Amino acid sequence: MEFLNNEPNLAVEIAGVKFKNPVVTASGTFGFGKEYSVFVNLSQLGGIVFKSLTLQPCPGNPPPRIFETSSGLLNSIGLENPGVENFIKFYLPGLKEISTNIIASIAGGDVEEYAAVAGKLGESEIVSALELNISCPNVRHGGMQFGVSPSASAEVVKSVKSVTDKPVIVKLSPNVTSIVEIAHSVAAAGADALSMINTLTGMAIDIYRRRPVLGNIKGGLSGPAVKPVAVRAVWDVYREVDLPIIGMGGITCARDALEFIMAGAKAVAVGTANFINPRATVDVLEGIKLFLKENGIKDINDLVGAAHN
Amino acid sequence: MIHNPKARIVSQKMIFPGCCLLTISSPEISRTAKPGQFIQVRILPLLDSTLRRPFSIHRVDREKGELSLLYRVVGRGTALLSMEKEDNFLDVIGPLGNGFNIPEGKKKLAIAAGGIGIAPLFFLLQELALNDNKDYVIYTLLGARTGEELILADEIASLTESFSGGVRIATDDGTVGHRGPVTELLEEVLANRLVEMVYACGPHDFLRVSAAMLEKHGVAGQFSVEERMACGIGACYSCVCKTNRNKGEQPVYKRVCIDGPVFYANEVAF
Repeated sequence: MEFLNNEPNLAVEIAGVKFKNPVVTASGTFGFGKEYSVFVNLSQLGGIVFKSLTLQPCPGNPPPRIFETSSGLLNSIGLENPGVENFIKFYLPGLKEISTNIIASIAGGDVEEYAAVAGKLGESEIVSALELNISCPNVRHGGMQFGVSPSASAEVVKSVKSVTDKPVIVKLSPNVTSIVEIAHSVAAAGADALSMINTLTGMAIDIYRRRPVLGNIKGGLSGPAVKPVAVRAVWDVYREVDLPIIGMGGITCARDALEFIMAGAKAVAVGTANFINPRATVDVLEGIKLFLKENGIKDINDLVGAAHN
Repeated sequence: MIHNPKARIVSQKMIFPGCCLLTISSPEISRTAKPGQFIQVRILPLLDSTLRRPFSIHRVDREKGELSLLYRVVGRGTALLSMEKEDNFLDVIGPLGNGFNIPEGKKKLAIAAGGIGIAPLFFLLQELALNDNKDYVIYTLLGARTGEELILADEIASLTESFSGGVRIATDDGTVGHRGPVTELLEEVLANRLVEMVYACGPHDFLRVSAAMLEKHGVAGQFSVEERMACGIGACYSCVCKTNRNKGEQPVYKRVCIDGPVFYANEVAF
């Protein structure tokens, strides 16, 4: 029965949560789960990370909200979401039958809002973990003001940890002088894992209108253009901080995902690529499986941080 | 049901320089699509981040299982698409979006197209022509910058032959038809109380002016609108359109991809 052992192990554990494989979705690119079920059997994924939720419904930013750049995508959605209570009432029940980790992302304008949203989501059995979006560049009061400050980041983490037992994943911003410093700070505050990276702030100008292209002037850059920045960030933090990392930033294929894993990520998130290839998540997963088989690697965990050896 | 076939290109023709008519084979999409719906076309098979581009379904041939897109080359995506040749395959997703609502009993209609805005309206005319159309009075109003940029005017004339109402043309330079914007023809139709519903598609300013006219005359309109789009299935909240349904001081945005692309004229905040 040798063939039974040929399937490599893809399962990973992050902050006490078991993931059947290391491929998850990146917050903001996968809606609230159901949208992509036309293309993807959601139960195949390691996890689904939802679009960030705020305490009150949030209308989002004026359009245009996106702009395509060279190998990248600028967005300034502005956290449009139905608010945590509507989410719990109308969206969450429909996700019961999906057998994957449901990770809710939280954004807020102040520390209290993060804690309030976390408290509400923490009561749900469907939610496996919380991701704190302290790095959204697209809203004036919220998100990145925390993510660029080690002390404010820590404060958000502490307040959330005090209201919930759910594992807390902190999503880090690359728009900082030292991402390692922020990572240290949230680790000391009790974070259970890190997601990195969020988008890089950027903008584009319409030369005919002589105006910024995006309705909100500035946006966040994602897509393959940011991948080397993200891989470097994962590399740096893996060396210095003892927390599991979910790596993301421009992943379009298994090769990209494996770069993140070898840089130190235990799991990877697919974001912008979903828009172009709605099956990008499962394609990445299949590709990782194939790579492991072809290279005689029995366990994905053997590759985590492998490039550091 | 949303399909995601690799659709063979049956033909790609130039209507005039910079305007193309692309026909693809997709029985699944062409047989279920409604006028006003759209498809998302993957522009590059490469793993770079070139987004899919949304295109209104311009016409369908359900027997052959084909559908066509009518588009102008305006940027990188459409430039790349225009170079695609017969027998190549395109990765498309569709049909997407809500489509036009064709209310029972309303038979006096105007179809107003600004330039390439005729793209989804042609499919609507095609569908209306299938109905028992003796009672239909449909005024088809076509606008273009100049006579050379008139799109498929002859074909539209024969398609609409069975409706009373006829086709009227406006060009900015007066080379064909009325000299001036097509909204002047719409104003005339509305002022004479000839129609109960107006279907329109075209540039933003054209829709804005049309919406104001519809409001003035108290006539309902359905507009097919456009916005930069990413996922096409309601997940990313990129392609929003500001609506008039403001809740207090907060704007209410709707997603063009799943709440639209067709909105009632009085719903859109111009």
